[in-house]
Amino acid sequence: MDSRNIQFMFWGLAVAWGIIAIYVVMLAARENRLQKQLESLKRMLEEKQ
Amino acid sequence: MQKNIRLGIGALAGLLLLRNLYVILFNLPDEMEQGPIYRIFYYHLPAYFTAMCCYMTALVASVLYLTKRNLRYDAIAMSATEVGLAFAAVNLITGMIWGRVIWGIWWAWDARLTWALICWLVYFGYLMLRQAIDDPSERAKNSAVLSIFSFVSVAITYKAIEWWRTQHPGPVLSFRTGQQLIDPEMERMLYTNFFALALLAFVMVTVRLNQETLQRQIDGLRRRAHAL
Repeated sequence: MDSRNIQFMFWGLAVAWGIIAIYVVMLAARENRLQKQLESLKRMLEEKQ
Repeated sequence: MQKNIRLGIGALAGLLLLRNLYVILFNLPDEMEQGPIYRIFYYHLPAYFTAMCCYMTALVASVLYLTKRNLRYDAIAMSATEVGLAFAAVNLITGMIWGRVIWGIWWAWDARLTWALICWLVYFGYLMLRQAIDDPSERAKNSAVLSIFSFVSVAITYKAIEWWRTQHPGPVLSFRTGQQLIDPEMERMLYTNFFALALLAFVMVTVRLNQETLQRQIDGLRRRAHAL
């Protein structure tokens, strides 16, 4: 591979993979938070009833 | 969709992306004039087409919501828009890095780039609008109308390189030009990486859709808890 502008190429690929990875982490974190909220609400309702 | 099927498709997309990355970096030759930087195109273009597919899904779901008034379509439109924004961000930022090397500037206010940015901002506004309306059916109705109008910016962005003389390169893919302007092996890799990103986007949309269902369950349970 030619060495000119190779640094920018790696930055470009890193940005592409990075944005996708960040969004996947955000999705996973949201999923976790929602599952926890659902569980705690279910527990609370069972206790109230 | 079942969790196992989703995981399977996600794993397939991940493996395909890794395989493509290997081929892009080690098997495909450099482009004669641009050198290695041209490899950014293997993410820049596929990310743009993936975002377009997401926006198109949002458009269809929004029309279906307005005709059938089923909140499931509203959730599909929202999920597809959010995922589309992530891929559009990949498109915009990789394009800026390429421009810095080839044009010597990070950004040019030409028709294609400007419309791509407007498109991103309009769909970001769509998500902001959703945050501002509490009533679910009112939110779904207003969002659906905005999503339909927003699609005009997608169409203009797509056609900008044909309608105006832009600094952004003109169409090169054979399905648009009717000619083989780039190496067939390079063009094939663009489609292969688009397929991988589209699979990943599909999984992301279904995960986000599932989260909307969870959110509705949570809202329902909260109402019950208040009533008790």
